[in-house]
Amino acid sequence: MNNREDIIAVNDLHKHFGSVRALNGVSLSVERGKVIVIIGPSGSGKSTLLRCVNHLETPSSGEVWIDGELLTTNQKQLNKVRAEIGMVFQLFNLFPHLTALENVVLAQKVVRQRSKEEAEEVAMRQLVRVGIPEKADVYPGQLSGGQQQRVAIARALAMDPKIMLFDEPTSALDPEMIKEVLDVMLDLAKEGMTMLVVSHEMGFARAAADEIIFMDEGLIVEHTTPHDLFNNPQEERTKLFLSQILQH
Amino acid sequence: MADQPTHIEVDVPEFGGEEKSASERIREFPYWFAALILIAIYAAYIILTKENYREAFEFIYRGIQITIRTSLIAYSLALLLGLLTGLARISKSIILNNIARLYVELIRGIPMLVLIFFIALVGVPAAVEGLNSLGLWLKSFGAEKVGSFLTEFNNQGIPMNVRAIVALSVTYGAFLAEIFRAGIQSIGRGQMEAARSVGMSYAQAMRYIILPQAIRNVLPALGNDFVAMVKDSSLVSVLAVRDITQVARLYAGSTFRFREAYVTLSTMYLTMTVVLSLLVQSFERRLRRHE
Repeated sequence: MNNREDIIAVNDLHKHFGSVRALNGVSLSVERGKVIVIIGPSGSGKSTLLRCVNHLETPSSGEVWIDGELLTTNQKQLNKVRAEIGMVFQLFNLFPHLTALENVVLAQKVVRQRSKEEAEEVAMRQLVRVGIPEKADVYPGQLSGGQQQRVAIARALAMDPKIMLFDEPTSALDPEMIKEVLDVMLDLAKEGMTMLVVSHEMGFARAAADEIIFMDEGLIVEHTTPHDLFNNPQEERTKLFLSQILQH
Repeated sequence: MADQPTHIEVDVPEFGGEEKSASERIREFPYWFAALILIAIYAAYIILTKENYREAFEFIYRGIQITIRTSLIAYSLALLLGLLTGLARISKSIILNNIARLYVELIRGIPMLVLIFFIALVGVPAAVEGLNSLGLWLKSFGAEKVGSFLTEFNNQGIPMNVRAIVALSVTYGAFLAEIFRAGIQSIGRGQMEAARSVGMSYAQAMRYIILPQAIRNVLPALGNDFVAMVKDSSLVSVLAVRDITQVARLYAGSTFRFREAYVTLSTMYLTMTVVLSLLVQSFERRLRRHE
């Protein structure tokens, strides 16, 4: 079922941390422009899967293909591929010694070799897109969690990525800030960005996801449409998990 | 020595700050600091007014340039050596990592006084010999220019104050390496991951993301070690380098005015270290205020 022409193709991926088996043979392929949401209990390997896609974690075995290219441990290749894959982290990971604008500018200059003027213009455009151009000269420490996460999204988008990875982007946010981040993500999805999203925001999954994956114990348990997963889950583990998170 | 805290913390009472009761103020007043200042003023008064002391001061003052120059140059070199060693200590390369660790542990396991003797009288000659034989070897391959440049190094030709600087740099490089290592490791893993995720190389991430934050965090510690370096520069007197300690010894030995010589010498060190410590402290406060 894996097609190497797809923008992401993952083949029989295993990842062990010492004796802990985080991934136990995951295969997955993602077509260009699709939005995939990954859910599952903590420790199910969903974040590890995401981090293996851009090789922030080196898989113990298995293959990751990005846009027809097999990832190796060659650092030059990885740097090049990672520049094409935006990643948004649970804890934002903005650079605290740089302003919001500088956060978005830096990688454009040192990785993409853009001029200062061009990089700043792109950065401002991205800050407008995520709705906080007025915070350009503010340091991350003075921004709310939601604003920080939107700057982090702008930082990733400024590199013109082909793929965006979101690792629980709203889990560290106060409830009133979740919406502002999800709105930005919804817009991105509508614009046709290929997105791999680890999240428990079921509203987002219903509204934006083309496919949804339920993971448990390092394996993909179910991979289907959001409609089918929520209304007609096939596996006992999926039903149990959904009943736990949809109770309220 | 570098492991001891040299940092002087003075809580100068702030006017218009939070209200404190009179008894609290009496209890928290930094008497020791007032006493320190009084001692310095008293010593300065004696040096200025008493003929014998003034003579001693004028004699010893000739060494101040060497003390300051030795401290500054050795500290700059130690910064460079420390940064490189600190980076090697956290590197994934087993070779670099172990070399750095060996260097740091060797230095930490030997008294500084012994290290000064060892590096100046054993290490430097050995390095010169090494360069000489490297030069001969290069010559035999026909690299005449580089070869003769290296063979011309002469052990006797390297003055003691250069050896002293080498010795202090190598010693302090190991201390500063540990400071840099701790500073780098104090930066959360997420920073490196975020930098790598946008396609930066390890070196770019270090340069633009990790080091600027790490160095900022360790600036106070680096400042404290500079103060320690000024004091430890007195050890180079054992190599007959004419810093203020050596000059004071010479003065005491020739005049038998031990009291004058060492009161003056101590006052000079105390003045330098107290002033430097206060500078470091005010700098640290300014850093904290900007956070």
